[in-house]
Amino acid sequence: MRYVCSICGYVYDPADGDPDSGVAAGTSFDDIPADWACPVCGASKDNFEPEG
Amino acid sequence: MLPVEIKKDIFWVGSVDWNLRDFHGYSLARRGTTYNAYLVKDEKIALFDLVPANHVDELLRCLKATIDPEQIDYLIVNHVEPDHSGALPKIMDIVKPEKVFCSPIAKQALISHYHREDWPYEVVATGDNISLGKRTVTFLETKMLHWPDSMFSFLPEDKLLISSDAFGQNLASSERFDDQVDQSLLFDLAASYYANIILPFSPLVQKLLAKVGEVGWDIDMIAPDHGLIWRTHIPEILAKYGEWSTQKPQRKAVVFYDTMWKSTERMARAIADGIIAEGVSVQLFSLKTAHHSDVMPFIMEAQAVVAGSPTHNNGMLPLLADMLTYMKGLKPQGKIGAAFGSYGWSGEAAKQISEFLQSAKVEIVAEPLRVKNVPTDQDLAACQEFGSKIGREVIARVPE
Ligand SMILES: Cc1cc2nc3c(=O)[nH]c(=O)nc-3n(C[C@H](O)[C@H](O)[C@H](O)COP(=O)(O)O)c2cc1C
Ligand SMILES: [Fe+2]
Ligand SMILES: [Fe+2]
Repeated sequence: MRYVCSICGYVYDPADGDPDSGVAAGTSFDDIPADWACPVCGASKDNFEPEG
Repeated sequence: MLPVEIKKDIFWVGSVDWNLRDFHGYSLARRGTTYNAYLVKDEKIALFDLVPANHVDELLRCLKATIDPEQIDYLIVNHVEPDHSGALPKIMDIVKPEKVFCSPIAKQALISHYHREDWPYEVVATGDNISLGKRTVTFLETKMLHWPDSMFSFLPEDKLLISSDAFGQNLASSERFDDQVDQSLLFDLAASYYANIILPFSPLVQKLLAKVGEVGWDIDMIAPDHGLIWRTHIPEILAKYGEWSTQKPQRKAVVFYDTMWKSTERMARAIADGIIAEGVSVQLFSLKTAHHSDVMPFIMEAQAVVAGSPTHNNGMLPLLADMLTYMKGLKPQGKIGAAFGSYGWSGEAAKQISEFLQSAKVEIVAEPLRVKNVPTDQDLAACQEFGSKIGREVIARVPE
């Protein structure tokens, strides 16, 4: 499931992960550490919503 | 300034800030700036964007030269930052518009800025159209360019894109159009604006440029909220945004430093000599004379970032911390770099700078270089060799 940042529209895709912040490809959104922040705008994880 | 008709029945009605130098408290605008607002006279009269609170009288004077402000039906807020919405409370009282159009996030932002739930907000999203009579306005949300609330307004019948903070420049002038001023000045100012404001959002700029291509807008005028209106050099400024957002580095290096007793400065010059000897162009900045916002455009274009400070109370000098923090926030991509500095006894600065560069995703290509107190000729030769190594790394990555 992809998740969208409600602040800036960045889409987190588990297939890609966020390697720049140490989140490996294949990591589901739920498994991302709680202190992870949106790589585009810096918003916290609770600003993300499931896509669709 | 008096209104300027930029298209039939469409007027520039902003304010020129000739005296401004401190732009938003974080960068220098050495040539002042403008706050552009645009008035469209159709069956509905619409005002796009405003000016800061302290320029509201000038906006009103300009408006009154073409209409009675109370005739305005619609306000369109493309961006909530106070340089474009600060005049809103006073304008709301005078104009009493029927509707205030803004993006969903802008509505929340307007409420958290002005604490007025009662204004007649009308939320619009990407692809929404409103009619002004003969004209349509199409909206495109440009989230995080550079605030989450940012939006473009496009008037297809007039081929006019009102682009908010994108494509702007900080320039106070009596002219209103791109072709009326010196071109190298204009593009330098546009580059500086990009480097200091838009750079972190480069991936979004790429997407936006693709999107604008996709929606197939036929644009013959781009009217930003700061500086001059593009009516002639549209292909060039779009190409520049393409280039800047790609962040493809040039065969250039930036060396910046601060110094107490000039040892680090002498190192900086020898390092620059080494880089230049490899055929790489260098810009050398003492942070005592260069403001961080003047260095940034050079960092944007350079392949290498080389930073130096003597050790001061077990760390780097404050101006280095300022420059590095500022640079890191603007997220330049694909840089290589290295750190250097003179020291007296403990010598932490160069390593600290190197670590900071790394945390800013700069690839370190040489171990931090230190010299104890005053450099000898041999030390300076080592600095030059350090520079040569960086120069060679630049050449390897930018093969002409
Ligand atoms: C260029 C720029 C970048 C900003 N970046 C952020 C940010 O990353 N996160 C955030 O929460 N607010 C950000 N802001 C918003 C400011 O923090 C906000 O406007 C704040 O209210 C300003 O406070 P002040 O009135 O003390 O300057 C940014 C503002 C500007 C102008
Ligand atoms: Fe802005
Ligand atoms: Fe602005």
